[in-house]
Amino acid sequence: MPEGILCNKKMVDTKEQLDALLADAGGAQYYKEMKQLDVDSDALWVTIQKSLKSRLKTWLEICAHCGMCAESCFYYTANNRDPRQVPSYKIQSTLGELVKRKGKVDNTFMQVCMDTAFSKCSCCTRCGVYCPFGIDMGVMFGYLRGLLFSQGFTPWEMKIGTGMHRIYKAQMDVTTEDWLDTCEWMAEEWEEEYPGLKIPVDKENADILYTVNAREPKHYPQDIAEAAVLFHLAGENWTVPSEGWEETSLAMFAGDWAACKMQVENVYAAMDRLKPKRMVVTECGHAYRATVIEGPYWAGLKSGQPPVESFHYVEWVAEALRTGKLKIDPSKKIKEPVTYQDSCNYIRNAGLADIPREIMSYIAEDFREMTPNREHNFCCGGGGGLNGIGRYREARNIGMKVKRDQILATGAKLVIAPCHNCWDAIRDMEEIYHMGIKWSFLKPILIKMVEVPEHLKPRDEG
Amino acid sequence: MYQFVTGPLLWLSFAIFIIGCIVRIIRYVKGLNWQADRVAYTAHFSYGMKGAVRSVVFWLLPFGTRSWRKNPFFTALFLVFHTGLLITPIFLTAHNIILKERWGFSFWTIPESAADLLTIALIVASIFIILRRIALPEVRILTTVYDFAVIIIAVAPFVTGFIAHHMASDYKLWTILHIICGEIMLIAIPFTKLSHFVLFFMSRGQLGMDYGIKRGGMKGKGFAW
Ligand code: SF4
Ligand code: SF4
Ligand code: SF4
Repeated sequence: MPEGILCNKKMVDTKEQLDALLADAGGAQYYKEMKQLDVDSDALWVTIQKSLKSRLKTWLEICAHCGMCAESCFYYTANNRDPRQVPSYKIQSTLGELVKRKGKVDNTFMQVCMDTAFSKCSCCTRCGVYCPFGIDMGVMFGYLRGLLFSQGFTPWEMKIGTGMHRIYKAQMDVTTEDWLDTCEWMAEEWEEEYPGLKIPVDKENADILYTVNAREPKHYPQDIAEAAVLFHLAGENWTVPSEGWEETSLAMFAGDWAACKMQVENVYAAMDRLKPKRMVVTECGHAYRATVIEGPYWAGLKSGQPPVESFHYVEWVAEALRTGKLKIDPSKKIKEPVTYQDSCNYIRNAGLADIPREIMSYIAEDFREMTPNREHNFCCGGGGGLNGIGRYREARNIGMKVKRDQILATGAKLVIAPCHNCWDAIRDMEEIYHMGIKWSFLKPILIKMVEVPEHLKPRDEG
Repeated sequence: MYQFVTGPLLWLSFAIFIIGCIVRIIRYVKGLNWQADRVAYTAHFSYGMKGAVRSVVFWLLPFGTRSWRKNPFFTALFLVFHTGLLITPIFLTAHNIILKERWGFSFWTIPESAADLLTIALIVASIFIILRRIALPEVRILTTVYDFAVIIIAVAPFVTGFIAHHMASDYKLWTILHIICGEIMLIAIPFTKLSHFVLFFMSRGQLGMDYGIKRGGMKGKGFAW
């Protein structure tokens, strides 16, 4: 069978296709069909010739096979130093082989590539920092994922994810109406406690355009309310767009570059339409990377910058605390030992290492660093889409041991993780390994400790 | 024979080496693609160069990066090996005498004892590098015959040169062998993994630019490798 009904080389562009995929419990049929999927070697080779440029070509060629990258990868250490987890080995035996064989590979090989690209690498880009040549497996696996996707070899959840982006311009089936309803509902719900609270939609020339992760309207709407409260208390002139509010990109994890472009252009269109002074992204690592760091390139912006200057949520928080827009009640600072998860997606991909430390200095009395930390921090284990892929759950759970041990070594009882993926991974970690810790985004913590200015307090109090 | 290997063949191998290296550099730079690599090379050239220089310099410094510091044994081997490989042939007295005779110029020279020491250290380091390849599972899994061949190509001129100079009964034969090995190495550089002689600077610099422009460099962060 050259192409299956669910598992094929076609893109998911209609609701019918998407529903059919969703109806396939756990992707059983999808993966069964994948076993029969033909590899179009010619097309694969044409793509490789067109897209494998100096950088990747040279990386594949000059890797000295020195093994310096081994220890840098958390999968290697989490799997008892299994040599098959050495970053260089992982890429040489997949992408390297694919290039060497000029794309003439079979179905089994492609599945091995898929398993490796998704269950043995979270694209955390840590190994690149440790290789003398700067060979970055995170980047190379991203490329390999793109090749695999073009041939239909992508995990079931990733195929669904890209379909969501293609159809809803969001990683989940949240429509414009759903989004606007959620904003309205949240503002109403919280208005009692915070009089005058609004979630302004499509306001032009605002100081801040705020954008989110679709999981928020879908699963944790209070996150939007909390963001609104903090902007409200800080006196910001802010807005959310009715279209182009979603920052994430599962398409980036999947390697569906066309969908990446569609998704990010949608956000940039909101910037062009509403002309905000700047944009702030919610507490999400990969969303920030997709829209602010990589997005400009998919959209073909030569400057490498989004149309308006864009910030991660931690940058806004640090600024608000620094300038006194938000004031912390000193008696409400976190007293228990607390640690901070550096998200790879804005540590090694944006250099935001000092900012969180600054925030912690305002809000925590006993802040404890993990070792290693900052740009050398390890991935939580859930990155690169791994959190959401059933087929690789076990591999992910093993990978999470490194972060578990890092957290336990600090003795902290609370982990602050301003990244959806890290947050999810730490939650799952607690569920699996029973570490006795709590975990949190920044917003709920800040809400509990910020001082509410007199004029913003509810009137009928006391 | 001597005439031939020190005449036309030497010229040819130098020509291949130099032109080959230049071609590799040019092809590397031409093959960069801002959109595919996702690095705005030209739009933020000065940030990029800052990152590139920073990255190259720290990796050239002995123990200049965390990765070097974390692997002190290998770092030492690597340093000794590469220092010997670069310094000895360029500053060897014998080579410079030939240079002077042939082309009328020469470089600084190092004392013969230092050259001997470097050569021996290099040979010992290469033995350890080979042993390390075999002994450590994480390196063994990566190693192919090609990797050994590359080391042998690089070390052979030193072994033969040392024998010719110190212990050969047939000086002429070993000298010719030494020269041929040297020429093989020169020719091999542009065509094999030894091309990292120049491509290290390209690749390291490229990732440095990536960090310098996109991954935090423009936010004034000093992290560049
Ligand atoms: S550290 Fe770099 S050169 Fe060495 S094996 Fe790993 S990827 Fe290859
Ligand atoms: S990018 Fe991260 S997960 Fe992937 S091989 Fe490198 S260190 Fe390992
Ligand atoms: S999940 Fe968090 S730690 Fe893991 S790669 Fe993503 S941002 Fe990094």
